[in-house]
Amino acid sequence: MTAPVSTRAAVAGRGGSLSLRASDAPAHHPAHPVPPTGAAPESPRCEAPTRPLANCARRAAPIVPAILTLCVAVPVVAQEPPVEQGVRIGITYTPGLRPGMLVLGGTYGERLDSVRAIVTRDLELSDRFEMISLPGGDSLLLGLTQLSAGGDDTAGTAIPFVNYSLYAALGAEWAVSLTPETDSTRVRATLYDVRGETPREVVRSGLRPLDSPDFRMSAHRIADELVLAATGEPGFAATRLLFIQRGRLYRVDADGADLEVISPPEITAFSPEWMPDAGRVVYSELSEGRGRIVVHDLETEERRAVPPTAELLNYAAAVSPTGELLAFARSGDDGTEVYRYNLAQDCCLERLTVGRFSDNLSPTFSPDGRQIAYVSTRPGLPQIYVMAADGTGQELFAPFDYGVTGSSNAPEWSPDGTRIAFHRDVQGSLQVFIMDSRSRAVRQLTSAGRNTDPTWAPDGRHLAFVSDRTGRRQIWVIDIETGRVRQLTTVGDARLPAWSPRIVMPTEP
Amino acid sequence: MRLSVPIALTFGAAVMVAAACGGGQPEDVTPAVDSAAIRDSIRRADSLAAVEAARRDSIERARMEEQRIRREREEAARREREITVAVVAMLAEHVNFDFDKSNIRPGQDTELLETKLGIMQANPALQVLIVGHCDERGSDEYNMALGMRRALSAKKWLTDRGIDEGRITVRSMGEEQPVDARSNEDAWAKNRRDEFAVAGGGTVLVRPSGM
Repeated sequence: MTAPVSTRAAVAGRGGSLSLRASDAPAHHPAHPVPPTGAAPESPRCEAPTRPLANCARRAAPIVPAILTLCVAVPVVAQEPPVEQGVRIGITYTPGLRPGMLVLGGTYGERLDSVRAIVTRDLELSDRFEMISLPGGDSLLLGLTQLSAGGDDTAGTAIPFVNYSLYAALGAEWAVSLTPETDSTRVRATLYDVRGETPREVVRSGLRPLDSPDFRMSAHRIADELVLAATGEPGFAATRLLFIQRGRLYRVDADGADLEVISPPEITAFSPEWMPDAGRVVYSELSEGRGRIVVHDLETEERRAVPPTAELLNYAAAVSPTGELLAFARSGDDGTEVYRYNLAQDCCLERLTVGRFSDNLSPTFSPDGRQIAYVSTRPGLPQIYVMAADGTGQELFAPFDYGVTGSSNAPEWSPDGTRIAFHRDVQGSLQVFIMDSRSRAVRQLTSAGRNTDPTWAPDGRHLAFVSDRTGRRQIWVIDIETGRVRQLTTVGDARLPAWSPRIVMPTEP
Repeated sequence: MRLSVPIALTFGAAVMVAAACGGGQPEDVTPAVDSAAIRDSIRRADSLAAVEAARRDSIERARMEEQRIRREREEAARREREITVAVVAMLAEHVNFDFDKSNIRPGQDTELLETKLGIMQANPALQVLIVGHCDERGSDEYNMALGMRRALSAKKWLTDRGIDEGRITVRSMGEEQPVDARSNEDAWAKNRRDEFAVAGGGTVLVRPSGM
């Protein structure tokens, strides 16, 4: 088992800059992750997928797991001397925060191989674990018994030999095995607590056939269950994002797979948003300076215009958490104001703001449906405001220094209600910020390039946003706990992303 | 015209007879002919030819006159079209804005609006569409509102000077339709603009006085 050693060596080799940043961080208790202290936006340490592998002592291990492992190091191993262990905690980016995770191999056929690859990547992208990858990858069975042929409930009873001490030596706190169920439409995912030397959770999950368009989503759902079992909070693997590219509405899975165009070619789509059921989306169709809002059913591809938006310019739609209300911006002779419409009853257009000489736009509902954050130009330049969902009690939300702070735009309330993400002009360049909705403390998350239009993953911890750091506007994802970023889209010029709620299968098999 | 047909036939017959008598037969067999009647006939034929010629001339003159009038009308219509096109072009000249601003800048932009004001005053039936645009640097959704502010600024400038509100429609395209797709100061300055177009009553436009 030389691989972990060489991996650690590589980390130590590039540890100089790391130690400075993390050395003053206390050793957090594993159960209570704390965001990095200080306003060091977007830690450059772990932009793993884009980082060159210059001094990386990797061999046959898959590329991304290898880099991630490098980036954060394998957690402390028991035989390290106490003093060195303390040093290592300082260097290695609070290992207790991100427990080691090992996905065990196995030879159960093409479908389970695909599931394992998808789940492994999802666990990585959750940013909650240090994925432990091994040279040889799947060919090492790591003690899992191979499924013996024949027998009635072979799959169900093929209890693998779980080599806890080996996994612990590799730095794993968690191990996951994926084995078939007797019912071939299902898969069994077992999460092992390595320290406790016991299986923690068994997830039996429906699995679509490999050639089904829902196959990947059914595998993502397994990953989300595992994240929930290990951390108490569900992941966001079974989600998708919408975005606009040259007037067309696109949809992509949260792991970057299955890019699809949604809107018909003859229309110019703008400012998309998901309905809470994730089966329908809402967006504006622009035409000669006018815009109507349509509800588009992803299953039937039926598009229905929201009646009162047939005139003037209507955009920036937001849907209340129950799906009942639509809030949007309407631009006309009175400038731009926030309006509300009852989608459920198909009635009752109401104007919520009266700007007179200022504009009000870009509404976003709080997850309890009681409040709407929005943009108002009342202070002279756009800033983030908040009001009750009926339009009363309008007040400034995100604090700013008059004459100093730049324009603030595109607010989106986090799914847990605790934060608002938005972008703000910082000396001529737009950057993503988050604000605590109670304390109203504001924190800058990005600094490289132009970064705009943040949208929350359902885990309330990841944000997708538009960044031009590579020269073109693309969708990127940031983990606000660690500052890690990754690029989601690579084609064309992407803008106005909208992250879906968790996607539930219409009918489980 | 109808009356002249038998006369012409008679005249033709007489000539034919004369020709037959004069050319077709030997001279010695020339019978006694009433020369006065022939002269008379010839004179009458001459005068008929003259009438016919005059008639043809007058038709030609009428045709020429008609063509001249048509040409003049066409010319006038062409000039009218030219003027209309020129007026539409004057109307369509973009008014530009500073970054993230919607105020009309004194100077060149107010001069451009003065022209548009004159055009709307000289053509009371003319209805105008103003569309505000933005550069790509600002926020995508905010730019929709900013584009509308820019269109409304120009509208207010015109209505403040007596143009009826109902004659001006405003719209915004945000940053969706740049005139210059490049990403530099030059392109951004061009893209921050109001576009003006005829929305109705613009088939024939006259120049404002003094232009």
